[in-house]
Amino acid sequence: MYSQGLIGADGRTTESEEFLARFQARIDAEEKIEPNDAMPEGYRRTLVRQIGQHAHSEIVGMLPEGNWITRAPSLRRKAALLAKVQDEGGHGLYLYCAAETLGVSREEMTEELLSGKAKYSSIFNYPTLSWADMGIIGWLVDGAAIMNQIPLCRCSYGPYARAMIRVCKEESFHQRQGYELCMSLAFGTPEQKAMVQDALNRWWWPSIMMFGPHDADSQNSDQSMAWKIKRFSNDELRQKFIDATVPQAEYLGLTLPDPDLKWNEAKGGYDHGPIDWSEFWRVVKGQGPMARDRIKARKKAWDEGAWVREAALAHAEKRQARKMAAE
Amino acid sequence: MAVWEALLELADDHLVLGHRLSEWCGHAPMLEEDLALPNMALDLIGSARTLYDLAGTLEGKGRDEDALAYFRGERDYRNCLLVERPNEDFAHTVLRQLYFAAFMKPYWDRAMTSTNAVVQGVAGKAGKEMAYHIRHAGEWVIRLGDGTEESARRMADAVEALSIYVDELFDSSDAAQDAEKAGVLPVRAEMREAFDAVIADVFSQALLTQPDVAYGQRGGRTGQHGEGLGHLLAEMQSLHRAHPGATW
Repeated sequence: MYSQGLIGADGRTTESEEFLARFQARIDAEEKIEPNDAMPEGYRRTLVRQIGQHAHSEIVGMLPEGNWITRAPSLRRKAALLAKVQDEGGHGLYLYCAAETLGVSREEMTEELLSGKAKYSSIFNYPTLSWADMGIIGWLVDGAAIMNQIPLCRCSYGPYARAMIRVCKEESFHQRQGYELCMSLAFGTPEQKAMVQDALNRWWWPSIMMFGPHDADSQNSDQSMAWKIKRFSNDELRQKFIDATVPQAEYLGLTLPDPDLKWNEAKGGYDHGPIDWSEFWRVVKGQGPMARDRIKARKKAWDEGAWVREAALAHAEKRQARKMAAE
Repeated sequence: MAVWEALLELADDHLVLGHRLSEWCGHAPMLEEDLALPNMALDLIGSARTLYDLAGTLEGKGRDEDALAYFRGERDYRNCLLVERPNEDFAHTVLRQLYFAAFMKPYWDRAMTSTNAVVQGVAGKAGKEMAYHIRHAGEWVIRLGDGTEESARRMADAVEALSIYVDELFDSSDAAQDAEKAGVLPVRAEMREAFDAVIADVFSQALLTQPDVAYGQRGGRTGQHGEGLGHLLAEMQSLHRAHPGATW
């Protein structure tokens, strides 16, 4: 899952006006841009950054949920959670492949993640403190991601758009699975219900922050819209998410932790209370409670796996040499 | 001894090994293995669930898969010692998987003619999965054995550490013998030839030598486990046990 609403397009470019106009005409005609097509450097850089961040988010996102695999409270839930986390890894894999079509390698992107140069969705810098977090992440975090990602299935860059079709199908399944997990707790024992209410209290605000700053404070969004990398504004998507989620919470008998949340008949949607943007920026800038631990865990896996990757390469070279010698 | 207890041994093997593999999820040496290891874990946990369900039904005391998995302590677990061995490093993990799959592949092939329809069903699915596990784990044993100096050393260490747990795979407990006589499960000792052939083939390509095992460690089938299993179960069962009677 991934959604930050922070990626502005990189409009810097050295191409001629005529080239840019021809490119824009293809975009406006809803043609897909493919890897070997000519494209502005800014378009390429924006996509590399966005797809890379998206892929990193999937990979780092395996950690908070992976935290509960070994403690899942039933074998059915254990299998479902394992499969879900595996799906996230799969999303990471084909997103890295989509980014590679733009001329950047997975190794380079991984180095950028581990060095802190590349970002990932800051939602994963919150800790998963109870089993209910597994349900809430599916319901809210994956739910918010889907709002952002459905439009990406129509993104102008072909490989990204096609990857997103499968990602969205799986995320949609995760969301329903997460909601079903929340149902089992909300309709369970009083302790289970308290557990899911607590998780909702902790994840609600970070989830609606996932759509990024308000439109008025969102920089460089216009270029992404013009290039059809982005199709809806942060606030539009956030509103859709809140409107869809409030009745779902009501069905569960849970309270959203926002006293100002109320239906606005005139706009046909819910109004919500003020978002604590100081927390948002703090977490985005690397001060999230789990930020250091997440990168440390990824770095540990990467460093401790180095000898395995080196051995695989060495073996492949030996095989190749033996094959050449035999021919 | 009853047939259901033999099924419990088999189910415990699969759950404990599946759990060990699941510990890797998100921490593997490369993304491909972050997908492959949970995949194999899912195969094993899937088989465990059906086997627990059948064991519980045959026992006839109303225990379902979760009652059997979450409400037995380490003295009551009946898995063999090999599957509970800690992950240590990737070399240990892939060798443990190869040993287990090389045993289970012929086992499930023979279980296709079980007198029990559920066992037949599991065998049909699990046999194919074990063929894949042999291929995947075996390829890694070969890569690591014939890779770099470091990987060869680590692979040899894994062989040294895990080979003492192999013989136990071929022992039939009293419960297993009863299940074998009833035609429900295959005779464990009969897997030796097929197992040895797979291991000899992989080890020769991996430039590994099979050590002479002076004394094979045994005890899992009678609840005499290593110290690691208790920690594994403490973690696995903690949440379930904190909420007795809850539905998840």
